[in-house]
Amino acid sequence: MTEKLSVQEIILRLQQYWAAQGCMLMQAYDTEKGAGTMSPYTFLRSIGPEPWNAAYVEPSRRPADGRYGENPNRLYQHHQFQVIMKPSPENIQELYLNSLKELGINPLEHDIRFVEDNWENPSMGCAGVGWEVWLDGMEITQFTYFQIVGGLEMDPVASEITYGLERLSSYIQNVNSVFDLEWGDGVLYGDIFKEPEYEHSKYSFEVSDQEMLFNFFNDYEREAKRLLKQRLVHPAYDYILKCSHTFNLLDARGAVSVTERAGYLSRIRYLARWVAKEFVAARKRRGFPLIKDEKKRQELLKDDKEEK
Amino acid sequence: MANNFLLEIGLEEIPAHVVTPSINQFKKRASDFLKKQRISFKAIKTFSTPRRLTLYITGLADKQPDIDQSVKGPAKKIAQDADGNWTKAAIGFSRGQGATPDDITFKDVKGTQYVFVEKHIAGKPVEEILPGMKKVITAMTFPTMMKWGSYSFEYVRPIKWLVALLNDTVIPFSILDVTTDRVTSGHRFLGKDVSLANADEYEEKLTEQFVIADAAKRKEIITKQINKIAADHNWKINLDPDLLEEVNNLVEWPTAFEGNFDDKYLTIPDEVLITSMKDHQRFFYVTDQEGSLLPNFVSVRNGNDYDIQNVVAGNEKVLTARLEDAMFFYQEDQKKTIADYVERLKKVSFHDKISTMYEKMQRVQVISGYLGKLIGLSDNELKDLKRAAQIYKFDLVTGMVGEFAELQGIMGEKYALLNHESPVVAKAIAEHYMPISANGDLPQSAVGAVLAIADKLDSILTFFAAGMVPSGSNDPYALRRQATGIVRIVAEKNWNFDLGSTLDQIIQLQNQENVAPKLDQAAQIDAVSNFVKDRIKQYLDDLGIRYDISDAVTTGSHTNILFNIASGKMLQSHKDDDNFKAIIESLTRVLRISQKGSFKDDDLTVDPSLFENDSEKALNKVVSTAANDYDSLNAEQDFDRLASLENPINDYFDATMIMAKDDALKNNRLRQLTIISKMILLIGDLDKLVVKG
Repeated sequence: MTEKLSVQEIILRLQQYWAAQGCMLMQAYDTEKGAGTMSPYTFLRSIGPEPWNAAYVEPSRRPADGRYGENPNRLYQHHQFQVIMKPSPENIQELYLNSLKELGINPLEHDIRFVEDNWENPSMGCAGVGWEVWLDGMEITQFTYFQIVGGLEMDPVASEITYGLERLSSYIQNVNSVFDLEWGDGVLYGDIFKEPEYEHSKYSFEVSDQEMLFNFFNDYEREAKRLLKQRLVHPAYDYILKCSHTFNLLDARGAVSVTERAGYLSRIRYLARWVAKEFVAARKRRGFPLIKDEKKRQELLKDDKEEK
Repeated sequence: MANNFLLEIGLEEIPAHVVTPSINQFKKRASDFLKKQRISFKAIKTFSTPRRLTLYITGLADKQPDIDQSVKGPAKKIAQDADGNWTKAAIGFSRGQGATPDDITFKDVKGTQYVFVEKHIAGKPVEEILPGMKKVITAMTFPTMMKWGSYSFEYVRPIKWLVALLNDTVIPFSILDVTTDRVTSGHRFLGKDVSLANADEYEEKLTEQFVIADAAKRKEIITKQINKIAADHNWKINLDPDLLEEVNNLVEWPTAFEGNFDDKYLTIPDEVLITSMKDHQRFFYVTDQEGSLLPNFVSVRNGNDYDIQNVVAGNEKVLTARLEDAMFFYQEDQKKTIADYVERLKKVSFHDKISTMYEKMQRVQVISGYLGKLIGLSDNELKDLKRAAQIYKFDLVTGMVGEFAELQGIMGEKYALLNHESPVVAKAIAEHYMPISANGDLPQSAVGAVLAIADKLDSILTFFAAGMVPSGSNDPYALRRQATGIVRIVAEKNWNFDLGSTLDQIIQLQNQENVAPKLDQAAQIDAVSNFVKDRIKQYLDDLGIRYDISDAVTTGSHTNILFNIASGKMLQSHKDDDNFKAIIESLTRVLRISQKGSFKDDDLTVDPSLFENDSEKALNKVVSTAANDYDSLNAEQDFDRLASLENPINDYFDATMIMAKDDALKNNRLRQLTIISKMILLIGDLDKLVVKG
């Protein structure tokens, strides 16, 4: 069986491995979000013609999935290890499978399958094609070729690999509850996260101030729009993330009726599409500096001038 | 010499459900291509796995057949001037054919001499034709297409390698940056790349690399392995063909294995256990010989049996976590009452533009109550129907259906029984979704069938009223399937009612009871009737009723599903009768001429004092006899009545000038014909029938 790596050892090995593949190691982004995809290091950076390779751990908050720390597999906040590579490398599947070997998972000793799973996040105007990766029947990774982000078609296409760290670690450490995982140095996941799980669940389901959250949503939305008009892309994006998280809190509280729900989601989508366009425009103005091939860079900038 | 050609597209894992349709498409496109290129071949064998689509084409001709062709040019008098010199026209023509004027001959065409060039086109060798397979590959279409890398090309998944071998020679072409070669890829983990000496050793070489490329063979292996496990344990395993097909297309080297779960989970309803195993994990469930579920499962690994205990343990762990969740929901759900759930439906939307689920149930109570009485349900059935309609969507807000959406209705039945609802009510809740697919099972109980019709009728009517009408292939709410469901249920249950007047009644009743949606449903009665009639036509077409007959009976004056269907069957049975043509011709004559008049229903009295000849009198007499109780007879009897009018109608037309100058005479005659045409239109617009002489 596999060597029992601690959660932090798993993170370290993944970081080591992906850094060696040319990914920049970014840090978790400091605004609440539901998934690693929503970090600006993925959402914004996957848009536009510039290459981008990054890897990072992203704590992801999903208020409705909170279970007061009582369910062994469901969490208010879980951790994703996110790898984003644009353009998608030709051997991305092999790179991924080799990363599992780094964690001591020898494919010959297991059953690893790529099972179709096309990903969609309508509220962020995103869609992609790919798989869930199954390790002996357990979904451990979401593997996606982005096709549309923020309503914009990908060119080039970014590949996203999202490891569910808790699930992967549960498998590697062979525990039935995430709270029994060893994070590092003998300290258990439950020692760190049990109370926050309980408190955040209590807050999300019972205690949150709906009135305040409704107001927050409206304020954040207004602020995002105001900033977008001034082309302050990154601050605007922070407020869009805040809108999204505030909505998730309201949703968990059962404060949003089904009819209203669609309305909120479309308000967030509107902002996501807007910021996506502003981001590319801003990079264009900067001259797409991450494109190292000068001829190609000039061509892209020239095309843009002709379009206008 | 006969040639064999191997063409393999290597891909990143294709969705399992796409593999078989894609290989069939590939084969068809390649076969069409070769036919168009005039390259004969003996057979195309296919291979397919999640990572490859392969054609093995045997007995290919060496080359296209040569073509000898006489190409006609201008007339001789244009081709040569008076002195017999070649004109520009002749020179141009011969050059265009790759020849010179020396090659020109003259031939007589209908008395005029024309210029001809005899052309011999040598057939191209097969190796020059086969690079055209590139287009065969790139023209393939798939349900979901994707881009990758920096390419704008779209395909089902990224193309990783291409093998194109004519006997032992590579046929060169490239797609994006992948160039054809003789190297194929073995099993992702167990095998390695292997170079093929020729096209014929493909299957054998891949087997050495742990790939069973022949999908049928792979399926046979899986079936044998599973049957052996079943026999070893004295189990029964239902080899669901859809699941087997999917599993077969998830593996290249199958090894079936068994696993277990704690039997405490057997207290969860079977449907939940089966869904967890089959739909979520792609496991085959296991029963004893009597069909009772056992705490075991069978799955198939993509690999051999090395360290298979890891695979078994992992799969057991995943299933246990799922069942633990299911058990939790099953217990939690039972802590609330049906009334609690129904209350929550007030917050669940049926559709943003229509209403909540709760309001939908209120409307369906009215519809089902009216329909139930109309078709003569017993008092007890009506009581159960009323109760079922009050609660039938409650399971949508249970935890279990939230987690296992496919169990809607099924959990409703279970929970209804646990809450001491009558078995008839519980059954109706499960059955109201039926039929789930175009040819799916129909509700068996009368109460379930009425609820199913009422639920579907409400969906169609409200979606139409909200402006969401299916068009072309765009039918996101599957309203066509629901209408087909109504037609099938009514046909099977033999329920006789007029749809138009029923819709009219239920809309009025909904208004009276204050449960109507804030939409103009009444304006949609005709549109909904016609929508249902389209499905009746489809239903008749599927029964093999001739297209003009199904068309005629679904374009008549009213919508009574049962009567429309009976009319179609009736006309089909008479279409070859000796006198059928004569009857239809006299009736359609009436239909056509009667259109020249337009009268209200209460203005259709024929005045005998205006008759001018005996044929008018005679026709008037037989029509009044035929019209007696006409509306309440069956299709066969109605048609008999119409047939009896044939001779009187013909005599009438022979002796009577319909469009008389005198308006009173004319209108009196048109009234007579309108009465008959109304009777005809009850059966259908018989003018649409094609009667051959």
